[in-house]
Amino acid sequence: MERDITLPVANNLVRGFRAGDILHISGTIFTARDAAHHLLVKRKNEEKEIPFDIRQMPLYHCGPLVRKKESRWQIIAAGPTTSMRMEPFESQFISLFSTTIIIGKGGMGEKTLASLQEVGAVYAHYAGGAGALAARAVTQVVDVYWLDKLGMPEAVWILDVERFGPLIIAMDSHGESLYHKLDKTVNKNMEWIHRQINKGALQ
Amino acid sequence: MKLKKALLSAIRTAATILPRDVVITLEEAIQKEDSKLARAQLAAILENIKIARTDSIPLCQDTGIQTFFIQAGTRSPYLELLNPVIAQAVIEATATVPLRPNTVHPFTDKNSGDNLGRGMPVIDYELTESDKIIITLLPKGGGSENCCALKMLTPSAGISAIKRAIVDHVIACKGAPCPPTIVGVGIGGGADVAMKLAKRAILRKIKISHPEQPVAKLEKELLELINRSGVGPMGLGGNTTSLAVHIEYAFRHPASLPLGIVLQCWASRRAQIQINKDGSIKVS
Repeated sequence: MERDITLPVANNLVRGFRAGDILHISGTIFTARDAAHHLLVKRKNEEKEIPFDIRQMPLYHCGPLVRKKESRWQIIAAGPTTSMRMEPFESQFISLFSTTIIIGKGGMGEKTLASLQEVGAVYAHYAGGAGALAARAVTQVVDVYWLDKLGMPEAVWILDVERFGPLIIAMDSHGESLYHKLDKTVNKNMEWIHRQINKGALQ
Repeated sequence: MKLKKALLSAIRTAATILPRDVVITLEEAIQKEDSKLARAQLAAILENIKIARTDSIPLCQDTGIQTFFIQAGTRSPYLELLNPVIAQAVIEATATVPLRPNTVHPFTDKNSGDNLGRGMPVIDYELTESDKIIITLLPKGGGSENCCALKMLTPSAGISAIKRAIVDHVIACKGAPCPPTIVGVGIGGGADVAMKLAKRAILRKIKISHPEQPVAKLEKELLELINRSGVGPMGLGGNTTSLAVHIEYAFRHPASLPLGIVLQCWASRRAQIQINKDGSIKVS
């Protein structure tokens, strides 16, 4: 199913997103990679202030390429980074911040999949490397936090986006995962591939 | 200075314009996909390539580690210029293209801000008996670099062990290196040589096979096997997991069989500069 979503998105609506659905989203999202995950979780645990309204804001695994032009930030390219690097933090992160949409590439692990079910959240895949296309969907940089401390890719960027997508729901809040399904197919294909190699393959 | 200008132009070209052979192969790939998700991935990739080219902006926010492979003609009068001018060009390109500052101290995580730092940019010299210098620029992204591997195989296991190690590795990486990938393979030499051969192998244009027929045949066979896995574009399923397999080899120690595997994402960016003896420079 293809959907156009305006943010913020209600929890019951997110429960309705199913693996394989394609979304385009409009509204405000934030970026966080490894260092930002670590920092945000630490701040929350130490009961320090989070300087933006993080609850239910889609989390984008992205280290954008940004340029300052006439004192305004301009996103040049903003494709997703490998989500699996955030796996050690993600379960705790989405529980702490009530995150309902995670956007990244490559998928996440079992712990996150379990948390998606608990929190009522989804993991959406965006085409890796499609940085210029993603940047076109960014209408403005709302703010940036911890830029000096973390550097450009690792800083937290708050972005307004317009019809950002296609985002493919790869892991939903019902335990469905496109990656699990694919693993089964690939494993079966691997048996055939190994047989070909063992018998001297395709010669 | 002319050389710095040429380097800046090459860095911008590599970051913003995907080489023709890669684009054509991606366009062919979309025709081979039946699944909606695979086609959606490739369509987004192709649209992205178009936007980057038209607007002259980097294809991918990960503008990579700037890696320069230099075939340095020993009779060229310009050799001593190369290191400092390349460093200067990288600093300027970081600000003007722009490139994402991607070099961080390995212990403190401090970002240098200008893509320089100890050992950066990466410059690899190969001496040639010539009066020309050929610089091939490879901006290498982190996602695909994390999927590189060195395997020290048992020589007696033979060619099928090599095939299996390559296919198993590429498929185990699933969507992580941003498939469809280009697979660079280096066999023999020693641990370091195998990795270097594998990295040089991804510089070769797609559809140009290894000049030796048995190696070319192996490249074709491995590509076919990898694409039968079903991993597909971005690891969401489909018929195109890799666009090419390129193999380079060197002789080996009888007791060792080093196998280097380098994965390159679909954004297989590269550019080339040729510096002639008379000082004329060509960027391509």
